[in-house]
Amino acid sequence: MPVTIEIPTAFRRFTGGAPRVDCSAHTIAEALTELTTRFPDLSRHVRDDSGQIRQFLNVYLNEEDIRFLGGESCSVKEGDRVLLVPSIAGGR
Amino acid sequence: MSDLYELRCKECGKAWGNSPRSFCEDCFSPLEVSFDYDSLKKTVRREDLAARAFNMWRYAEFLPLPEGHAAKSAVGGTPLVAARKLANHWGVKNLFFKNDAVCFPSLSFKDRVVATALVAARRFGFQTVGCSSTGNLANALAAQAAQQGLDACVFIPADLETAKVLNTAVYGARIVRINGNYDHVNRLCAQIADRFQWGLVNVNLRPYYSEGSKTHGFEIAEQLGWRLPDNVVVPMAGGSLIGKIAKAFRELVTLGWVEEKPVKYFGAQATGCSPISSAVKRGLTRFEPQKPDTIARSLAIGNPADGPYAIKLIRESGGWAEDVSDPEIVAAIKLFAETEGVFTETAGGVTAGVAQKLIAEGRIHPDETTVVCITGNGLKTTDAIAAEFPVTEAIAPRLDAFEAYLEAQLPVSAAARA
Repeated sequence: MPVTIEIPTAFRRFTGGAPRVDCSAHTIAEALTELTTRFPDLSRHVRDDSGQIRQFLNVYLNEEDIRFLGGESCSVKEGDRVLLVPSIAGGR
Repeated sequence: MSDLYELRCKECGKAWGNSPRSFCEDCFSPLEVSFDYDSLKKTVRREDLAARAFNMWRYAEFLPLPEGHAAKSAVGGTPLVAARKLANHWGVKNLFFKNDAVCFPSLSFKDRVVATALVAARRFGFQTVGCSSTGNLANALAAQAAQQGLDACVFIPADLETAKVLNTAVYGARIVRINGNYDHVNRLCAQIADRFQWGLVNVNLRPYYSEGSKTHGFEIAEQLGWRLPDNVVVPMAGGSLIGKIAKAFRELVTLGWVEEKPVKYFGAQATGCSPISSAVKRGLTRFEPQKPDTIARSLAIGNPADGPYAIKLIRESGGWAEDVSDPEIVAAIKLFAETEGVFTETAGGVTAGVAQKLIAEGRIHPDETTVVCITGNGLKTTDAIAAEFPVTEAIAPRLDAFEAYLEAQLPVSAAARA
């Protein structure tokens, strides 16, 4: 399925400046794998040494944090947007 | 003279100088302001503080301020109160509460963080400052931005109660309503900070913002006579404050201003939004995000950015985390008002309720010195307790009507009068 990953500014130096990367994937995990295969330098910024998505990187499928959707195994459909957002905001 | 502080990554340690950024571009982990304590030791002595006014700026050397910074207003400097009646009620001896319900100017501890964030905003040349918020932070930002002539833009969930919107709007702040919950608003603000050159206090100014929290801790230590408590009970939303109180205490030890001693850190959450306390109680190092459902809206962050650090601090200090239900929050607000004469908001009800629970569980010992951190004012969350106090029937302005009222209400005392 064609999905679009939105790349935050801090990551664009690894994607040749591209703000969006189109992938073909059935799950979030596949989409992230395709992203880091195409841009290998991004790999260690997305996953930690144990292979988990980095603790301070939040991944959203459209409007929802993927941790509410069963994690990175959740499936994606055509036209979905995947957002990578640093876990920084907070304090009401 | 160069700054005695700069941003450092909390995970990989990389230094980033001073700039409006909140995460390490190498590992995406949070940045924190790191100080040169050897220089600090030579710059300021504890005795120097005696001549300074009692507000947060008396600890200026411990804050990320440019040299020669002149404070715009007297933020902080709130009372530390010996809670004798409450202590008696709970069966403990040395109980105190730090009362930021009366923090100047907007009645919550958020005044402290906004104060340091706006210093950073001015330093970096931002004319527009903003935040994602539902209440206290927006109030604090709007008030201080107005006073300093900065433009404030506040992002809020669209379903926010009118009273909370008014409490920010009155200062002239621009309010952008977002169709979504608070975590959606937060995420949008992270993207806005990525796209626009705005000073978002809890996003790209976050490291400078959160240092302001330390003054809550400095004041506690000074008000205890320059010593540390055995226990602190701290409300947790994003999980930042508890870590900054610990940082404040560590800094005072490093400079030799207080004697080193073990302090146990206890975190308080509402059961309806308890990602951090759940993780502590289950022995996890990573929290699981939650969809908040609690009257303690000022603590309702389901995805707390500093959660992992709060969990680590609590466990390593030998403390604990607990949470209380909405009815327990209301009961604690009432108990606090009835015993100590202080009306705290729902977050204060959470903290007081959790303190009560920790004492009952034996996790806080009766002879130890315990400080409960009250961070907001009850006047802002009256809707949460309104149902507890239904409007009573009015009587005629006549003595016989009052006597009849007394008869109905208090038959025993009325009989005694006769």
